[in-house]
Amino acid sequence: MSSAAISATHGALDDVLHGGGVDHHHHDDGSKTLLGFWIYLMSDCLIFSGLFATFAVLAHATAGGPTAKELFELPYVLGETMLLLISSVTFGMAMLNMHAGKRDKVVAWLAVTFLFGAGFIAMEVFEFAKLIHEGAGPSRSAFLSSYFTLVGTHGLHVTSGLIWLVVMMDQMRRFGLTDATRRRLSCLSLFWHFLDIVWICVFTFVYLRGAI
Amino acid sequence: MHALFSRLRYAGVGAAVLLSGCNMEVLTPKGDIGVHEKSLILIALGLMAIVAIPVIAMTLWFPWRYRSGNKKATYAPNWSHSTRIELVVWSIPAIIIVILATITWTSSHALDPYKPLESEAKPVTVQVVSLDWKWLFVYPEYGVASVNELALPVDRPVNFQITSDSVMNAFFIPQLGSQIYAMAGMETKLHLIAREPGSYEGLSSNFSGEGFSDMHFKAIATSEDGFKDWIAKAKATQVTLDGESYKALAQPSQKVPVSYYGQVTPGLFASVVNKHMGDMSHDAASHGEMPMDMHHHEDGDAVSSNITPAKAEK
Amino acid sequence: MFGKLTLEAIPYHEPIVMITLAAVILGGLATFALVTRFKLWGYLWNEWFTSVDHKKIGIMYVIVALVMLLRGFADAIMMRLQQAMAASDAAGYLPPHHFDQVFTAHGVIMIFFVAMPFITGLMNLVVPLQIGARDVAYPFLNSLSFWLFMSGVVLVMMSLFVGDFAATGWLAYPPLSGLQYSPTVGVDYYIWALQLSGLGTTLSGINFIVTIMKMRSPGMKLMQMPVFTWTALVTNILIVAAFPVLTVTLALLTADRYLDMHFFTNELGGNAMMYVNLIWIWGHPEVYILVLPCFGAYSEIVATFSKKPLFGYKSMVYATSCIGVLSFVVWLHHFFTMGSGANVNAFFGITTMIISVPTGAKLFNWLFTMFRGRVEYNVPMLWTVGFMVTFVIGGVTGVLLAVPGADFVLHNSVFLIAHFHNVIIGGVVFGVFAAINYWFPKAFGFRLNEFWGKASFWCWLVGFYMAFMPLYVLGLKGMTRRMNHYANPDWQPYLIVAALGAAVIAVGIFCTLVQFYVSIRDRKKLTDPSGDPWGGRTLEWSISSPAPFYNFATLPQVRELDQFWEDKQNGVAYVQPAKYEDIHMPRNTGVGVVMGAFGTVLGFALVWHIWWMAAAGLVGMVAAFIVRAYDRDIDYWVPAAEVEKIERSRHAQLKQFQTTQVAPVAAPSRQKVA
Repeated sequence: MSSAAISATHGALDDVLHGGGVDHHHHDDGSKTLLGFWIYLMSDCLIFSGLFATFAVLAHATAGGPTAKELFELPYVLGETMLLLISSVTFGMAMLNMHAGKRDKVVAWLAVTFLFGAGFIAMEVFEFAKLIHEGAGPSRSAFLSSYFTLVGTHGLHVTSGLIWLVVMMDQMRRFGLTDATRRRLSCLSLFWHFLDIVWICVFTFVYLRGAI
Repeated sequence: MHALFSRLRYAGVGAAVLLSGCNMEVLTPKGDIGVHEKSLILIALGLMAIVAIPVIAMTLWFPWRYRSGNKKATYAPNWSHSTRIELVVWSIPAIIIVILATITWTSSHALDPYKPLESEAKPVTVQVVSLDWKWLFVYPEYGVASVNELALPVDRPVNFQITSDSVMNAFFIPQLGSQIYAMAGMETKLHLIAREPGSYEGLSSNFSGEGFSDMHFKAIATSEDGFKDWIAKAKATQVTLDGESYKALAQPSQKVPVSYYGQVTPGLFASVVNKHMGDMSHDAASHGEMPMDMHHHEDGDAVSSNITPAKAEK
Repeated sequence: MFGKLTLEAIPYHEPIVMITLAAVILGGLATFALVTRFKLWGYLWNEWFTSVDHKKIGIMYVIVALVMLLRGFADAIMMRLQQAMAASDAAGYLPPHHFDQVFTAHGVIMIFFVAMPFITGLMNLVVPLQIGARDVAYPFLNSLSFWLFMSGVVLVMMSLFVGDFAATGWLAYPPLSGLQYSPTVGVDYYIWALQLSGLGTTLSGINFIVTIMKMRSPGMKLMQMPVFTWTALVTNILIVAAFPVLTVTLALLTADRYLDMHFFTNELGGNAMMYVNLIWIWGHPEVYILVLPCFGAYSEIVATFSKKPLFGYKSMVYATSCIGVLSFVVWLHHFFTMGSGANVNAFFGITTMIISVPTGAKLFNWLFTMFRGRVEYNVPMLWTVGFMVTFVIGGVTGVLLAVPGADFVLHNSVFLIAHFHNVIIGGVVFGVFAAINYWFPKAFGFRLNEFWGKASFWCWLVGFYMAFMPLYVLGLKGMTRRMNHYANPDWQPYLIVAALGAAVIAVGIFCTLVQFYVSIRDRKKLTDPSGDPWGGRTLEWSISSPAPFYNFATLPQVRELDQFWEDKQNGVAYVQPAKYEDIHMPRNTGVGVVMGAFGTVLGFALVWHIWWMAAAGLVGMVAAFIVRAYDRDIDYWVPAAEVEKIERSRHAQLKQFQTTQVAPVAAPSRQKVA
């Protein structure tokens, strides 16, 4: 979903060649991209709203199958949550270094972020596998369908974020801290924190409420 | 206010008569609900005509009057604002909508399909199951059932309890009034009353697949005696509607002829509804089978009270 | 290896389909041969397919929409013919299985692959020109949106010849659309075609919001934007707010069909009513997404051809915004008969009728724009007046249906069909044709033939009334929608009239095609040397026709509404700058095409459960996208000298035109302007 960032790119070289003030109208790409990315995030937010609403409707449609209370292990999920929260902090470190212009440190912090993100995904996959193994897979009841879909959609988002992270680390190494890479990193940062917020909602509304 | 409405009604009737010289079922209702709905339609149309007709007239008049060839007409090339006109064009439609909204609020409550009809006469309960692609009508108070034929005593309210054992359908007898969806795992309700004897078309108005077009039935409104005769005729049929025969009936079939069941296993309707109610843990164990022995009640209403009425509200 | 796909998937036994297939193959081969013969592949690829120019993308959307209109209309004719024949015991010529697919395809195609691309195409063509921008905010994304939309088109067309299409109605209500009741691939085609094109639409929505918010010409305030741009802004906000809901809804249906989940099934706690709610939370805003830009087009047209500013610009803007907000709180009026309580029904009924107030205000504003004007009856204006009359009727029946008590007897009847065709044809289709006639010169540099345009209008108008007024009556006679055959012989005469009406509309469509042919043939005679064929008011008319690829050599300074009109009045409309600057432009790219192609592969593979191919399609899409992220040669500068050369010839042509004054149609208006 980094298309917004990509499409609006133009090299810093052009600014040098043509001077800054030729055409302000079209040199405003940074703010355009960020606005567009915010709007995209809002639309993604609506996707999650739809899934949360669905989960709310179906939360008790267990069809005689296991309920949230029987299934969820809060300590384990808390571990997942911590991984993701820490990854947000490490991404913040990467952004601080980006603003300081320290490329190598940016790459290093992105790598750390990747590890925490990957750890989160690994734990989630393991949790899903366990549930399915116990006979509490997504086909068991409408409740479980909505649970797997909501949490899984978040997981897919994080996975795309991981791919994006890899691409950014590589671009950082190749191109350095250019306008384009900075802009893309800012978008990815927004994306990553957004997923964090969504996860906090998941943790609260799915796991905590389910466990009560 | 009432005088205005009745005048509006006449205007509406006039328009309707002009529209067609022939018989329009929805506008020739044979029961109270239908009568109310017809007058509601005509009042609403009449109210809207207050704005719509002048607008159409102006739409034809203005471009003609101010055609570029007509140099006699005033030309005001820079005129583009008038607070007075703006006020009028926002407020008059708004006033009409306020009136219409009031009518909507009261009529929605008065015509709520879930609201039992007030009547001296004892109501009849009919349980309706939409199947692929036919209608099953169960008369719990009489222990009979019929397929694709519905009998109603004139002047007695009929309480319909409606569900589906397949996809969504809608139960509709145009000349008696309101329709309502039939949905699996749900029990929807509809209350109608017929005032004139006759045989009326009934149908499904929600597309339900291959055999949908033939999914219609006759609704026979008849006198109390006629209704008794009909029940007796059904009773005389030596077929019982039980788990087995229901299963056979529920198989997809098209253009199904009218048939009767002289006896019905009690609780059949409830079990059809419950079959699809996956969120109730007690029946999930028997999912996929017909738990015929779950509810044994003589009275149809008592049976239905065991079901959580699944309303479509979110 | 090929999942569920076997040779049996091709419906050999259905002669109608096979004849169509043969025609498509022959037509395709002929096109291919012609393009090859005239060595046009390079041209098409370089100038069109890979283009990121919003004008060309807009034109491509409209062309595809016109082609799909023919397909969707063929479905309509088949339905009308079937219903005209199949009375009493007659079965007609279409068996239910085929008929059900036809009406489903008709709805899906007309909404998603005709009306939507018409609207998106017009916004693409017009919005940047109206706000004085050189392109949209994200030109590559724009190209990607188009090609994702195209992959949806390809999937829908494929379903005709390989496998089948959904036979569920255009919104595919479960449980009917679930695997149990629709086991074939029809619904899967439906899902993936809509998901791909819907993704494209969402991306377009984001693109246009940013374009309008960030790329307006210097000085142009929001309340100085042309009304079409305003309606485009509201429409794109609606798109971004509504289409994600469609995405979720279809994704959940997909989960039911592919992963054995239970969102909407009859079993294990599924809840089909949730689908109905969700799909209409998208579905109702969708109709406003379609109609608002048309309202915008009518506003531009009525002001231009009345030779007056639009009456009540501000109230037009507020009305549009009101409608946009209200469109999200009315969805339940599509299913009053589901058994929600009286309070809920009344609430949604009332919110629905409130929408008629701002809509009515718009009608009055158009009326008072004509009032004391000098109305010229060019083709766009005819469509506009035809729309106003027709739309009032559609509005009245719409408010009637919003009264729950009335809806209880009219719901799902052909009265409803008549109502929404009344607003969609009368509102959207008329608007699109008005807009095409109006902005065509800006896209191609010559006007469309007036005679054939008028012929088309009259056929559509007469045909529409013939086809749909009988349906209002039939609805009151208790005829329900989607019937393959019916027992009541009373209905037949009405349906025969309706079928004849459809035939008249067919003549109208034919006239449009002739209009294009004749206009292209006579393009020299119809040329638009001034760039302002109608005496327009907004910025797009200040530049040459066709618009140069960079749109504006110098960005116009805007101080008021209808800036171009003011400039013409003050005699400063065509002043050349002392010096031209280099212009920064995005470079064409084939990545959008490639991603669209992989998207088609992905969709097709998912429909047929060919998992390896689906994986390849997905990986291809992602990889193409990442490759694009590494491409740093994505833009270039047009040297000032080149801009100057183009502009000089434009001004020379303009001067020549102004001295000779040979605008055959708009001559009177130009005199007034000067």
